[in-house]
Amino acid sequence: MSTVRDIAVTVNGRRYERAVEPRLLLSDFLRRDLGLTGTHVGCEHGVCGACTVLFDGEPVRSCLLLAVQADGHELATVEGLAPGPDRLHPLQEAFWECHALQCGFCTPGFLMTLVPFLEENPDPSEDEIRHALSGNLCRCTGYQHIVDAVLRAAEKARAEAG
Amino acid sequence: MKPAPFAYEAPDSLGAALDLLALHGGDAKVLAGGQSLIPVMNFRLAQPAALIDLNRLPGLDFVRRTPAGGLAIGAMTRQRRLEREPLVAELAPLVAEAVPHIAHPQIRNRGTVGGSLAHADPAAELPAVAVALRARFRLARAGGERWVEAERFFGGLFTTDMAPEELLVEVELPPPPPRTGWAFMEVARRHGDYAQVGVAALVTLEEGGRCREARLAFLSVGDKPVVAARAAAQLAGEVPTAEASAAAAETVAREEIDPTGDLHASAAFKRHLTRVLTVRALKRAVERAGERS
Repeated sequence: MSTVRDIAVTVNGRRYERAVEPRLLLSDFLRRDLGLTGTHVGCEHGVCGACTVLFDGEPVRSCLLLAVQADGHELATVEGLAPGPDRLHPLQEAFWECHALQCGFCTPGFLMTLVPFLEENPDPSEDEIRHALSGNLCRCTGYQHIVDAVLRAAEKARAEAG
Repeated sequence: MKPAPFAYEAPDSLGAALDLLALHGGDAKVLAGGQSLIPVMNFRLAQPAALIDLNRLPGLDFVRRTPAGGLAIGAMTRQRRLEREPLVAELAPLVAEAVPHIAHPQIRNRGTVGGSLAHADPAAELPAVAVALRARFRLARAGGERWVEAERFFGGLFTTDMAPEELLVEVELPPPPPRTGWAFMEVARRHGDYAQVGVAALVTLEEGGRCREARLAFLSVGDKPVVAARAAAQLAGEVPTAEASAAAAETVAREEIDPTGDLHASAAFKRHLTRVLTVRALKRAVERAGERS
């Protein structure tokens, strides 16, 4: 009853064509079919935010989408953030500098949530940051250092722009 | 934690979607934003034989002014759009105030207006807001359609007036009367969690400052959005003082809700929250009504 479908998606600027079962979750498609294991799978019911990716530029939970729904759409995952093999994205750099991760399991989800947040709101208050990351769970550091990292990344971006 | 197999349909026209619904009826589930449906499919609490995905359907993602001066919202409009759309802030500020309380941005980027209403979760924000605003819903089926008022639409826990072959396609909100203030408030343990209690309040004042009409709808205190009609009747014609609001809140908390206690909030605590939120929401709505005179 579940027949395989052909889909074509663009992930981090690269086009992929695959055949998938309709019930395959987008998170599993990214990890298993495309080998992009930077997207982490935590709760698989939309609570933890670890699997957050960008779908046409907007952060979404990839465990709450089917891979077939991504057909024809553009995705971005944490693998696409860094501009080069030995360079980090400014937010990744700020996470590093501010100790905003410990085990790192939740980090890709935080980054993929907060990168578009900072693009939309380059000068966020601490309160706005806490609100923005409320859909992502971290079980080891607590959130203070993550908030610090976002403030730092925003500050650096403004300094560079200004 | 993976969905069971299903037949997947992604119709590219409303007619095709309605034909599929007529064909599959109750064996099919409609996939809108999927932010409630996919989790229960992942848990295999739902194992529909067929999934009808509306995300390829054109024409159901819109927000526009109606000829009457109200607001029409397409069922597939993402909740996130309501936060950003100036027309919503202008014509339905209660909606604009309520939407940021729905889960998290990642969820609102996918979650739809129609999906939330059709899911009929009594803890959800949009059903209570729709009832407070006297929204009406357009339900389409193969070969016809009908309009139903929000208050009649919600039947009980995850239950609506919709037949299996019907599809919610549009929400229409009447134009806000002059001198009308609004407030949406809820209490949740963490931002984005389900509300322990929430209230959507509207107050319309007479020119002299008396209350012409109050409208109060609550979430998480019953098996569907709860309208506090007695409290509203009590306020009508009165000067909405703090005392009058407190008396109305007392009526709501004692007589008009039927909350169920859970691990984090007993029924008595929910009554207490209802009382406090009602007073606060009425105060805010009355202030805003005054500013709009």
